[in-house]
Parts: sequence; C-alpha cells; structure tokens
Amino acid sequence: MIPEPLLPVFYGLVYVLLAPLLGGLIAGIDRKVTARMQGRVGPPILQPFYDVGKLFEKENPVVTVTQNFYVLSYLVFMMVAGALFFSGGDMLLVIFAFTLSHIFIVLGAYASYSPYSHVGAERELLQIIAYEPMIILTAVGMYMVTQSFFVSTIVASSVPIILYLPGIFVGYMIVLTIKLRKSPFDISTSHHAHQEIVKGVTTDFAGPNLGKIEIAHWYEYVFLLGVIWLFFAWNPLLAVAAILVVYFLEILIDNTMSRVKWQLMLRTAWITAGTLGIINLGVLYYLGMVVP
Amino acid sequence: MQILDLLLCLILFPLVAALFLLVVRRDSVRSLIVQFAAVAIGIVSLVLLILGFDKGTLIYSVASEPVSLVMFIIEIILAVFILYLGIKFRKSLTVLLILLQAGMLVWFETSLAGNLHIANNLFVDQFSIIMALIIGIIGSLICVYAVGYMETYHNRHKEVRDRRSIFFGILFIFLAAMFGLVFSNNLLWVFFFWEITTICSFLLIGYAETEEATNNSFLALSMNLLGGVAFMAAIIYLVLADSSGILLDLNHLLATGKAFALVPAVLICFAGITKAALMPFSSWLVGAMVAPTPVSALLHSSTMVKAGVYIIVRFAPVLSGTTEGLMIALVGGMTFALASFMAISQNNAKKVLAYSTIANLGLIVACAGVGTYNLMWVAILLIIFHAIAKSLLFLCVGTVENRIGSRNIEDMGGLIVRMPKIAIMMFIGMAGMFLAPFGMVISKWAAIEAFITAPFGLIFIAILAFGGSATVFFWSKWMGKIISVMRDQNVIEDTVRKEKWAVLYILTGLVVVVCLIFPLISSVLIEPFVLNIYGHTTRLAQANLTIMIMMLFLLMIMPFSMLLYGKRAQPPALPYMGGRPMNDSMHFAGSIGISRELVLSNYYLEKTFGEERLFMIGVSLCWGLLLIAGILLLGVIL
Repeated sequence: MIPEPLLPVFYGLVYVLLAPLLGGLIAGIDRKVTARMQGRVGPPILQPFYDVGKLFEKENPVVTVTQNFYVLSYLVFMMVAGALFFSGGDMLLVIFAFTLSHIFIVLGAYASYSPYSHVGAERELLQIIAYEPMIILTAVGMYMVTQSFFVSTIVASSVPIILYLPGIFVGYMIVLTIKLRKSPFDISTSHHAHQEIVKGVTTDFAGPNLGKIEIAHWYEYVFLLGVIWLFFAWNPLLAVAAILVVYFLEILIDNTMSRVKWQLMLRTAWITAGTLGIINLGVLYYLGMVVP
Repeated sequence: MQILDLLLCLILFPLVAALFLLVVRRDSVRSLIVQFAAVAIGIVSLVLLILGFDKGTLIYSVASEPVSLVMFIIEIILAVFILYLGIKFRKSLTVLLILLQAGMLVWFETSLAGNLHIANNLFVDQFSIIMALIIGIIGSLICVYAVGYMETYHNRHKEVRDRRSIFFGILFIFLAAMFGLVFSNNLLWVFFFWEITTICSFLLIGYAETEEATNNSFLALSMNLLGGVAFMAAIIYLVLADSSGILLDLNHLLATGKAFALVPAVLICFAGITKAALMPFSSWLVGAMVAPTPVSALLHSSTMVKAGVYIIVRFAPVLSGTTEGLMIALVGGMTFALASFMAISQNNAKKVLAYSTIANLGLIVACAGVGTYNLMWVAILLIIFHAIAKSLLFLCVGTVENRIGSRNIEDMGGLIVRMPKIAIMMFIGMAGMFLAPFGMVISKWAAIEAFITAPFGLIFIAILAFGGSATVFFWSKWMGKIISVMRDQNVIEDTVRKEKWAVLYILTGLVVVVCLIFPLISSVLIEPFVLNIYGHTTRLAQANLTIMIMMLFLLMIMPFSMLLYGKRAQPPALPYMGGRPMNDSMHFAGSIGISRELVLSNYYLEKTFGEERLFMIGVSLCWGLLLIAGILLLGVIL
C-alpha cells in the first residue's frame, strides 16, 4: 500500500498524530491507578484531555514573549525526536534531539527570572545530566547486541536483547523514573499538583503554553516506553506486557517513595549507570572478543 | 612550484607584517596594517585550499643548511633572552629547563648535526591545509578584533604599560610560526617553530606585567619548555638511530612504522600534551586567562594548543594499537571528563571557556591516541568545529567584559536585553559547543560510533557519556543566565566598533555554515587524508546527514515563531513570587516591610565538582598514566 522508501516517513507521521492520544490515555490511566493506590476514586480516564483542552481556552500570560518560542521549540523537537525514533532512525541522533528539546524547556524556565522556575531549571539540568549517560549507554548496548544504532535494525532483530542487556534494562528503568517525573526523582517539577518549589520549571507557564508542555510530555511518554519495546522487540506480546509491568512498577514506586535531594538522585543515576551499565557492556565486550 | 610559493608566503608574509607592526606607533596605521595583513593571509590560505585540495601530499625541498643555521642562531638568542628573564624574575625552574634545552641543542648541533642532510623540508597535505585555514582565517580575524579590543583595554586599564607595537608584532609572529609548524616536514624545523610559539605565548600571557601575569606566563613557559625538552630528546633519539638524519623527515618517519617511530612519537606526544594543556599541565592554560581576551582566543582556537593536538594527530597512526598510545588516549579521556566536571563549578566566564577547551583537547587526544582511522577523522573534525565556536565565544566574552567590566557569569544576567546581538551570537557559539545539530555534537556522535569498534573503546564511551552530560550542564546554565529577561535595562552595545562586529558576524556565520557544509569539508579534505594513511575512511551516514541538516533549518526558522505572538502581545506578566507584591524593577516586598531586590544565582555545586579536588585527582591520575607510558618506552629503548 505504502511504497517502501516512504515507510519511515509514514511511521514518523503516525507517531506525530497518534502519540498524544496514546500518551494522554497513559496519563489518564496513571492518574486512575495512582488514585486507587491511595484509596481514592480518581478522575475519569480522559481527564488529561479535558485539562489540556481547557488550558488552550485560557489566556496566554507570559513574563517575556520569548517563552512562547522556547515552549514551542520544546514541543517541536520532542516530536522530532520521537518521530525519528519511530521512523527507525539512529538512536544517538534521537538522544541528541531529545536533549535539545529539554534544553529548550530549561531555557524557557530561565527566561522568566522567577525564583521558582529558576530553581526548577537548575534541577531539570541536574536531571538531564543524571539520566543522559544511562540513555547513551542504552543505545551503545543495543549496538553491541545488534551491530546497529538504527532503531529499524534493532526492532527487526530476532535476538532477545533483554537477555544480553539485563543491567542496562534496570539502569534504564531507574532513569525512567527521572524522566516520567515520578517520586523519588521528581525534583524539578512533579506530575502531581505541586511540590516544594511550586511547579518548578513550569511555574511561569500558563494557558496554552502549559498545554503544549503537557502534550510534549505525552509525546515523551510514548517515546520512552518505545525504548522498552526495543528490549523485547523479538516478541511483541512480551514487549507490551513488559511495558505494562514497568509502567505499573513506576506508579508503585511513585506512590511509595518520598522525594530525594538532587545529590542522591545524581549519585543513584550515575552509580547505576557506572556499575550496572558499564559492567553489562563490559561483559558483552569481553564475550564479543572471546566469541567472535 | 606555485603551491610552494604560497607556503613560503604564508610563513613569511605575517613576519613582514610583524616587522612593520613592531615599529609603527600610530593607532590608525597599525589598524590599517593589521586589517590588510589579515585579509591577505585569509585570502592566501583560501587560495592554498583551492589550488591544493586535490593534490594529495606535496613535498618540497628547500635549501636547508642556511635556513637551519639561521634557526639555530635565533634559538640560541631566544634561549639567552629567556635565561636573562628567568634570572631576573628568579624562576629557577625555567632557568633549569632552558639550560637543559639549550645544552641539548648545542650538543646536538656541534656533535650530531654534522652529517645531517634533510632535503624535503616543507610539505603540504589536506590536514595542513585545514590547519592553515584555521590559522589563516580564524587567527587573522582575531587579530583584527584585537585592534579595537586593545584600545578599550588600555583605556580601562591605565596602569598597564602600552606596548601595543610589541603585542601586535608578536601576534603575527605567532601566526607565522603556526604556519611554519604545519608546513614543516623536517622535525628540526617543527621544533624551531614549536619553540617560537612557546615564547610568543609566554610574552603575550605576561603582557599586563602584573605579578599574577608574570607568574602565570612563567608557569606556561616552564611547562612548555618541559615539552620542548621531550621534543629535543625525540630528535636526538632519531639522529642517534640513523646519523644521516633521514628519520627527521616527518613523512618518512611516519611511513617507517612503529619500530622506529614509536619512541619519538611518544616523546613528541608528551610535548604535545604539555602544549595542548592536558592534565597534568592544564594549569598553564587556566592561568593564561590573565592575558587580554584576544590572546586567549588565539591560544585556544587557532594557535598554541592546536599545535599540540596537530602533532599528536599526525602521530596517531604510529600510536594506534600500542599500549603507549592507549595511555596517551587515557590521559586525554581523563582530561575530558574531569575538565568538563570542573567547568561546572566555575563562575568566571573565561575559566569556563578554558576548561571547556581543555576538555575538548582531551577528547581530540583521546581519539588520536587510540588512533584508528575513524577516530582520526573525528579528531580532525573536532579541531575544526572547536576552533570556530571557541574563538567566537572568547571574542563575545571579551566584548561583554569591555562593556560591563566583569567576566563573571553571574553579572551576565539579562544580557539578551542589554546586548541583544552579542547575546545571540554567544548563544549560537554555545549551541555550537554542545547542542545538536551543531558541530561538537556531530563530533561527539561520530566519536561514540568510532570508539565502539576500537580496542578498549568502551572506556572512552563511558568517559564520553559522563563527561558529555557535564558539558550540557555548564553550557545550559550559562545560556540560561544570558537569556533571563530582567526589566529596566538599557541597550549598551552600540559603542562596539564596526570591525569588531564584522569579525563577530563572520565567526557566527562560520559556526552555522560549517555545520551545513561539513560533509563537503569531510569528503574533500578529511576523507582523502585519512584514506591516504589508513587505506580506508569513514563518514556519517547519508540519511543522518539529511536529518541533521533538516534539524538545523528547523532550528533556524523556529525563532520566527515569535512573530506570531508579537501581533497579539499582552502586557507581560510578572514572574511568580509566591504571591509577594513585586514591581517592575525586580524588587519585592520582603518581611517587615523591607523592599528587596530579586537576585538569582546559578548552581555551581562546589562540593561535588570543586576545582581543587578534581584537579588533584586528575594530576595524579594523568602523571600515573604518563609514568606508565614512560616505563613502557624505556622498555622499548633498552
């Protein structure tokens, strides 16, 4: 139906169009499950869509007009990163685009010169440096197993990647907690109503801008969970199950842990990357040399 | 023959300009000479590119005996000069090293140099052309910028003696020496130009003649002299191995392979490490910050440190696959990671730039030390991208410093309002240093892909992953500082002079343009060079290049989105202050009725990334690595 060379573009477009729906749904389920864990009934599953819809009806107050540019760039490059991933692009390029998009939200927070968003921005940067090494090691691990950085090759591989990369997988799950803005690592901003620095990076965004940040976050959900798929790509059923289990674990961790200081977050993330990640890769490297 | 003329022109013409500049006293005449010379040097290096890019390696014989004699005499005169200064300022280490070096030189000339006959003294290949372009374009742009800068500098610093004639003379001698260094095929000549760059940088760092400047200039001198001693030892080793001196022919030496070349390669790489200010010698480059900013820009981007990495990259094929090479690469890797961490804790803009330079040089040396073909490709790419972005950043910081009187990053808050054009240029320069799809990220990416197949590459990937994330941190928080919008501030950049703007515009343009055309630079210059040495070469995948270029365009059109919002502009809201009443001049009502100014400061994480502790770790680790390399080398010699 669709000619072969255009398939990547098609997948990219599908992501751009459908990821917000899926991401919003995940957010809704997340809230429901969280509420049940806390003994509440919780909002309807579609509540995130209602919220964002309402945000777009509101005024768009800004401290400086440049904020609009930063937020839009955040959203656009998040879409670019995810689209590249789902169209089978180079993992490293995806990671760099992903970092670029986050730098924009940080800059947006800096631009407003409010103490709350400023502290949020600094903490967001700390989160970036905490998770980035592990994400790069994840890509490197995928390469060591499949000999390619291209998502298209990795996903088509019949090798059970998870068996080769258990350490990397655990490490990835830990940085996933940072990325999903869940306790104990939700230090720059939280997906809950507020925290000790009000709303951190997003404090000075309201109305449509906040709505865009929310949508970007949905895109991010889908991309991050897509990486988990890669570990189980040889068996799609298992992959879906793994994503569900991992996400449930993240919600459980979120509801049972208290927020930590940045020092502990950085240490946890770097030490897991440095031990689990590097040892895992080291073993693969050694095996690769011994058993060519 | 034509190309040989160009080479001689590039080496000699800056010298002639320097002679004029040394005697000229009038500002207007000096400015004219500098601009003319800069344009001429830039054009000649471009002509060299056009005529020479497809010619491969060209070797030229120049009458060596008379030139070598002149070089020897100049070296002795300089040694006496340094000796005099060393005694005058009571720098015993410098005196010791210069005596050692001069002694080696005299002994060499009197007892070993008798039978030497090296015919092929000059050469040019694609790598030399790249270096010549960096020196010829970026170096001379910095000289043009320096004219305006130095005028403001002396207006601001009345206490500093006005020695601008000497200053500009040395700048151009520096350029000449750099050209000589990248075109010399005779190691004796390379050594001569190497020493000239050492002494030029020494004089420039000490320009302000304060106690700090003098001390730091002697620190730089001593460390580089130590490197010079190692270089001289390499030359003596080579002549002792073959008294005809044929091994001093750089191309011949590289072609003979590891058996003969490994020992001199490691010694010369040690010299390169001192010159490129890797740990344990990084302190001289940080200390060099006392110099006027154009000097820093020159030292960091197109001269001096680039001479260090140039020579290491030249010897990369010899180092590849050896344990000694691995040790040198590890020194580079450690330097990359630790210098990136140290940059986090700095609030002095020039120090941040210095640590970032040291980190990037470390990365280049890590690539060259492992020395596989794709890593050599990455190393050259890094040299290009780093030179452009870093020179732009230094010149921007220099301009800001001249306007606001501070090089503290904390004082650069709201620069986007006060100096919008400079702030945007700094922004682009920083993006060039750490954001996709700009230069340094392209190189980092290529480095990861290259290390993954290299022996022991995993160590370097880990270093890249952790060190790379640190660079994201310190650049972003600086970016955040300059773009934070504070009210009630005036534009103060309209007094910046025209030719300074021109230089800054050109460099900003280069940062973007080189990102767009680097595939061309790669296929025309870098790939043939790597192919010639290793027999195979590398490049980025076509699909990825397309995506990168699309991302770059997307990034360039994004700012236009602000036009959309401009039309229905609302009165801007005040930043959230927890409900405290606040006014436009950033004052808020504090407790007990006191009005306080809102002041925000960045994180510097002193306890985690403190300079002192990391520096100690780095120095001891890197000395250890160098020591291992030295012991291995002794094993080879014996």
